Amino acid sequence: MAGVWVFAEAKDGKFRRVILEMLGEARKFADHLGEELWAVLVGSNVAELSSLLGEHGADKVLVMDNPNLAAYTTDVYAGVTLGLINTYQPTAVLFANSNMGRDLAPILAQKLDTGLITDLTGITYGPEILFKRPIYAGKALVELSFAANARPMLLTIRPKVFTPAEPQTGRQAEVITASADLNALTLRQVIKDVIRKASTRVDLTEADIVISGGRGMKNPENFKILEEVADILGAAVGASRAAVDEGWREPQYQVGQTGKVVSPQLYIAVGISGAIQHLAGMNSSKCIVAINKDPEAEIFKVADYGIVGDLFQVIPILKQELQQALASA
Amino acid sequence: MRIVVCMKQTFDTEAKIALTADGLIDSTGVTLVVDPYSEFAVEKGIQFKEKFGGEVVIVCIGDTQAETAIRQCMAMGADRAVIVTDPAMDGSDQSATARVLAKAVISQEPDIILGGFKSVDSGSAQVMLRLAEILNLPHVNVVTNIEIGEGKAIATRELDDGVELVEVSLPAIFTAQQGLAEPRYPSVKGIMQAKKKELKRLTLADLDIDPTSVGPANAKVKIHGLTLPAPRKGGRIIGGEIPEATADLVKALRDEAKVI
Ligand SMILES: Cc1cc2nc3c(=O)[nH]c(=O)nc-3n(C[C@H](O)[C@H](O)[C@H](O)COP(=O)(O)OP(=O)(O)OC[C@H]3O[C@@H](n4cnc5c(N)ncnc54)[C@H](O)[C@@H]3O)c2cc1C
Ligand SMILES: Nc1ncnc2c1ncn2[C@@H]1O[C@H](COP(=O)(O)O)[C@@H](O)[C@H]1O
Repeated sequence: MAGVWVFAEAKDGKFRRVILEMLGEARKFADHLGEELWAVLVGSNVAELSSLLGEHGADKVLVMDNPNLAAYTTDVYAGVTLGLINTYQPTAVLFANSNMGRDLAPILAQKLDTGLITDLTGITYGPEILFKRPIYAGKALVELSFAANARPMLLTIRPKVFTPAEPQTGRQAEVITASADLNALTLRQVIKDVIRKASTRVDLTEADIVISGGRGMKNPENFKILEEVADILGAAVGASRAAVDEGWREPQYQVGQTGKVVSPQLYIAVGISGAIQHLAGMNSSKCIVAINKDPEAEIFKVADYGIVGDLFQVIPILKQELQQALASA
Repeated sequence: MRIVVCMKQTFDTEAKIALTADGLIDSTGVTLVVDPYSEFAVEKGIQFKEKFGGEVVIVCIGDTQAETAIRQCMAMGADRAVIVTDPAMDGSDQSATARVLAKAVISQEPDIILGGFKSVDSGSAQVMLRLAEILNLPHVNVVTNIEIGEGKAIATRELDDGVELVEVSLPAIFTAQQGLAEPRYPSVKGIMQAKKKELKRLTLADLDIDPTSVGPANAKVKIHGLTLPAPRKGGRIIGGEIPEATADLVKALRDEAKVI
């Protein structure tokens, strides 16, 4: 048996957009190989999501639904996924480059003694399939292929790079229900507590618009004005390392080389100088706007539009203008 | 307590990347430093030693230049190091790197193994987890805190939307995320002492690894070529008084760039 698999990580009965992006690209991948596209659903109360996967292009959905799979732990998830891979022998398995995918894929790669390409940003289909990924924090790109004996090919996929699959209403996938004896697995990681940061905002790496503040914001309270602009735009709010180091924003919102990589349609950098390590995290945005009072700031060298001025003057006006513009749109 | 830290040397994050005529990464004039994620791990290791006693051992696969990075870690407070230098390692993939690291690490009989969750050059984010699997040790990935208890540890693992506390028994592997520990600057005394600390140089043969089992020929993933991303062109500064400029910006975003 074979097939291109998408590990369809679900949370709270939903898929993040990257899963649909993976289905979109995996369809092409599977078609190129002349194989089926399978979606793999592992979790608790996930079975009902099968139909959505069918509508988004999966030929088969492999479901492992078990209350004991509610929380991700390495040993359990690696154990059951390894079992599925050994049973059905896929050619390739795609994981999201999420915290789950980042943990699961390397462990499986080693268990299967195969190759893993992480943070994938492009696939070229030819006699040999080439996989592109950034290195040196995006300052260079490398094209890779899997050795002939490295199967399955394991990949983790960067969000917001591939085009999401369009849903086809009524399209149905064949559902295969799998089960596993979880008691047979040794569990070495015990989850003691989970602290979720409730946020109504879109995820930083999945947002179409990101507005980030830097040291120029001067204090944590001032971020409120960025939040207000973000509310109007439906944007996520990011930060430079300086703002994180000052303790103004949580580390998980840091954009850059040692933070998150974002590639939104629109990135607005406010009071950020444009250090090379910050650029590494937002350079691939479609459109970059810089607001900075220093005309010599590096950020202007990568910005499509810039305003030289005091952000505390610009942002309130920007908020008003956006409100008007979007109201009349 | 014996803490082993896997450390790799890499380009300074300030470095501009260029390609040679052969299409390889040009390292001319580039400053080499301790990989920042490895450095978080080194700092945490030293903090553990200061708290619980024991020693910090750096394990590195790299060429002789990497010894500078090792001395840097020693100047911070690491006690000794093992470096595996072998021309056969050139062009090895993460699978081979992890296999070689495994032999070098386990020979030190560690209680705790630390490394970066990713490195800033390859950014592959897989060496430490492959290592955990080879050594059959539990791990916690992408951690911002580790609390050590009797024979076990609780680590704070980053989630996409928060954190979780994960308990594992020791020995175990933890991979550092930014925030785990802020690397210190070495003191002058530390720098002086570093020069005298033990640095053990090993080859693959010393670790009983067949040199023909690593290298590009055995890589699971083959490199085809490198390219540089198209440089971004600076755009336009919207001039005028702030109110007009801001209004023009919004217009441009809507009508020109079509992003709002
Ligand atoms: C190993 C390593 C990794 C790193 N990783 C990251 C990373 O992931 N992300 C990251 O961001 N950085 C990272 N850095 C840090 C980076 O080098 C810079 O120090 C940081 O990005 C600076 O943040 P900033 O632009 O907010 O602050 P600054 O460089 O201090 O810039 C503040 C800017 O605000 C402007 N400003 C001030 N007041 C106003 C005002 N009232 N109105 C308008 N403009 C104003 C100033 O003109 C200035 O340009 C890393 C550094 C190292 C060494
Ligand atoms: N050559 C090496 N020598 C020692 N440690 C390494 C080496 N390569 C990777 N590591 C460790 O693995 C981490 C993640 O690297 P990577 O998986 O390559 O992104 C690094 O931060 C190091 O801690």
